[in-house]
Amino acid sequence: MTTTALDRPRSFWPALTRDPMMFTGLALLVALVGLAMLAPLITWHDPAALAPRMRLKPVSAEYWLGTDSLGRDLFSRVLYGGRLSITLAALVSVISVCAGLLLGLLAGYFRQLDAVVMRIIDGIMAIPGLLLAIAMVALGGATIPTMVTAIAIPEIPRVARLVRSVVLSVREEPYVEASLGMGTATWRVLWRHVLPSTINPLVVQATFICASAILIEAVLGFLGLGFPPEIPSLGSIISEGRPFFQRAPWIVLFPGVFLALLILSVNLFGDALRDRLDPRMARQRKD
Amino acid sequence: MSSPPILEIRDLKVSLPGAGDRRYAAEGIALTVSPREIVCIVGESGSGKSVTASAVMGLLPKNVLKLESGQILLSGRDITHASLAELRALRGDRMAMIFQEPMTALNPLMQVGDQIAEIFQFHGPSLSRREVDQRVLALLTDMRLPSPETLRHAFPHQLSGGQRQRVMIAMALAMEPALIIADEPTTALDVTSQAQVLRLLHGLRERHDTGILFITHDFDVVAEIADRVIVMQHGRIVEAGAAADVLANPQHPYTRKLIDAVPKGKFGAGAPLAEGDPVISVENLGMRFVTSSLFRSKRREVNALDGVSLSLARGETLGIVGESGSGKTTLGRCLAHFARPTSGRIVMNGEDVSNLSRAAWRQWCKRIQMVFQDPYRSFNPRLTIEATLSEGPLNYGEDPARVQARMRDMLALVSIDASALKRYPHEFSGGQRQRISIARALMMEPEILIADEAVSALDVSVQAQILDLLERIRAQLNLSMIFITHDLRVAARLCHRIAVMQRGRVMEIGPAEQIFTRPGSSYTQELLAAIPGKDGLGSRSPAGLALAGA
Repeated sequence: MTTTALDRPRSFWPALTRDPMMFTGLALLVALVGLAMLAPLITWHDPAALAPRMRLKPVSAEYWLGTDSLGRDLFSRVLYGGRLSITLAALVSVISVCAGLLLGLLAGYFRQLDAVVMRIIDGIMAIPGLLLAIAMVALGGATIPTMVTAIAIPEIPRVARLVRSVVLSVREEPYVEASLGMGTATWRVLWRHVLPSTINPLVVQATFICASAILIEAVLGFLGLGFPPEIPSLGSIISEGRPFFQRAPWIVLFPGVFLALLILSVNLFGDALRDRLDPRMARQRKD
Repeated sequence: MSSPPILEIRDLKVSLPGAGDRRYAAEGIALTVSPREIVCIVGESGSGKSVTASAVMGLLPKNVLKLESGQILLSGRDITHASLAELRALRGDRMAMIFQEPMTALNPLMQVGDQIAEIFQFHGPSLSRREVDQRVLALLTDMRLPSPETLRHAFPHQLSGGQRQRVMIAMALAMEPALIIADEPTTALDVTSQAQVLRLLHGLRERHDTGILFITHDFDVVAEIADRVIVMQHGRIVEAGAAADVLANPQHPYTRKLIDAVPKGKFGAGAPLAEGDPVISVENLGMRFVTSSLFRSKRREVNALDGVSLSLARGETLGIVGESGSGKTTLGRCLAHFARPTSGRIVMNGEDVSNLSRAAWRQWCKRIQMVFQDPYRSFNPRLTIEATLSEGPLNYGEDPARVQARMRDMLALVSIDASALKRYPHEFSGGQRQRISIARALMMEPEILIADEAVSALDVSVQAQILDLLERIRAQLNLSMIFITHDLRVAARLCHRIAVMQRGRVMEIGPAEQIFTRPGSSYTQELLAAIPGKDGLGSRSPAGLALAGA
């Protein structure tokens, strides 16, 4: 009986402790997400409460990250803003992965649908993502559902193409044919034999979508197209702080650092995950 | 052979990484190749034969295999620890390698003539363009390639497998190296192309005094061309000697086992059975592909199947033999309903099933099951054997407890331990997987088993076991079997009747013994004559007669 170490499915946890990149990424991610999600418990200022007398105060014991031009506590605004960004990113990746997975499966497995689905995908790809978001927010107002849809739609083609390419190669595998030959129904073949092969690349893709969703939301906020001013978002905080950059640099600095760390951690984790899950990349790395 | 050896390997030891089942990929290898000598290294996969060849060429995969000790001398010069630059100068010039798969060893984006010319440009920069051109042409002519003047401008994909391999040999011979290492150069080829390539190599060493180190797993090929044989097992040489001696009088039990495993025109199946009602019959089946291209208005039509008619009796094994492109696989796929014929009928139980929809086919597909060629890819690597085996019966709503019991029965039938159920496919060897593949087909309680090149990917001794297993199961369960193969020797061993196919047509169909001893069509005669090792090269008798006494 030949057992080769390379073939065996790798376990996840030992890998985590051995891979510093994955460990750093994950630890940072957990810390930032934890801070953001627990914002109402951690902070003691209402992020929207105005205090004109306390405007543009630097870092102090009362205001850990200082205050902005309207005297609002920056610490709570950054955490609440982060919470919004993370929620948005999670929703965007779930929606775009699900939609892309469905389209990709259809296009890859059913050859008759391929041309139709892929042309629709090409159509979506032809629309600049940011422009679509601006148009949708202008039409539908800056609510969470509009924002999520606006950011998710341009991500769908990437997922669909990825899934399609995986399905195209898997459907030619003899084991799929063997299963069909045993009278397995088409949807069951998809579920049992085709879908599992798409999971690994999808998980990796989802992390990158998260990062880009956070960034796009911040850009929209910065452009003044994000949520209304009373709802803090990382982008709008940076945008509002811009005129005061020389007098009170912390207003731009702290949300910027939070944003950068968040995206860095997601990308680090995604990279490490890809190396673990895609054996070809991992082997290249080992050499 | 008194002249000094071209290649001498002294006590070569190549270590394997990590803690495998053995420490050395090759150990204590000592051999010599003299000018004008063909030395064959024979062994099954994992025996270390290719590692030995790679060590000579300095092509051992870095960081994985390490040359631990020993010496390699090329014409008396120690090249064991030659630098990359030194090796580069030697490769192609003094020694050359021919690979197993010519399609992957050639650059697909470069005309073959240019690829050969490249070698001259590298090793002989003083040659002018015209001289290089002339040499390339001379080489291609030498390889007996048809119309070399046009062929040199062809791209690899435009050539047949045999032609590609001859281009590879031309490249290897470009600088007239003293040593050629051929690593299974004919394994991927059809039997007729194989015969041409072997004849070519044989002729070359006569003219150029080349020494050839020939790696193969096929004893018939050894019998055809070898002067001396080296048999390897588990990284060691177990037997070495003159080819005639080793073949006629093998000393080591492993050698004996390998030689015995070669199917030798023994007819295992005996006379065809009396014709009952056929379990399946095919009438005038046709499969036509039409290819059209955007820029060429001319449409090309390819007949993968053309008027194929045959029938299969209960309990019969029908061999379908042909070279690649003969349509034998297409026929099998049509029968198993993986492909749809464009004309003709497939009749089961008096009903035409050739054009049923997938839903309608579901009630038939239990009766026809397939054993696939590639034991490594025909299992979903993510599912346990249990999940794979039970998939089919559970599709038909069978009782899980009964399916469990049946899985154990079927695994016992193919001699696999029941503990296999909880394991994953990668934990098994190729032969074991092929057994499980047969068990999977049997789980459906089929009437007809279609085996498409089911033993081609296996070592010869494993091949023999699987063939015996198929025969035993067929007799025990009174199955009918369609056995698709490119290897007439394998077909002879297993089949009652054999159908020979060429270009989508059945050229000849008849009892196995008749096909071998009194072949009716000239194509069958050609195929039979191309089987290696039936007689010496010098005294090749007219086609067809060579086998009369087999």
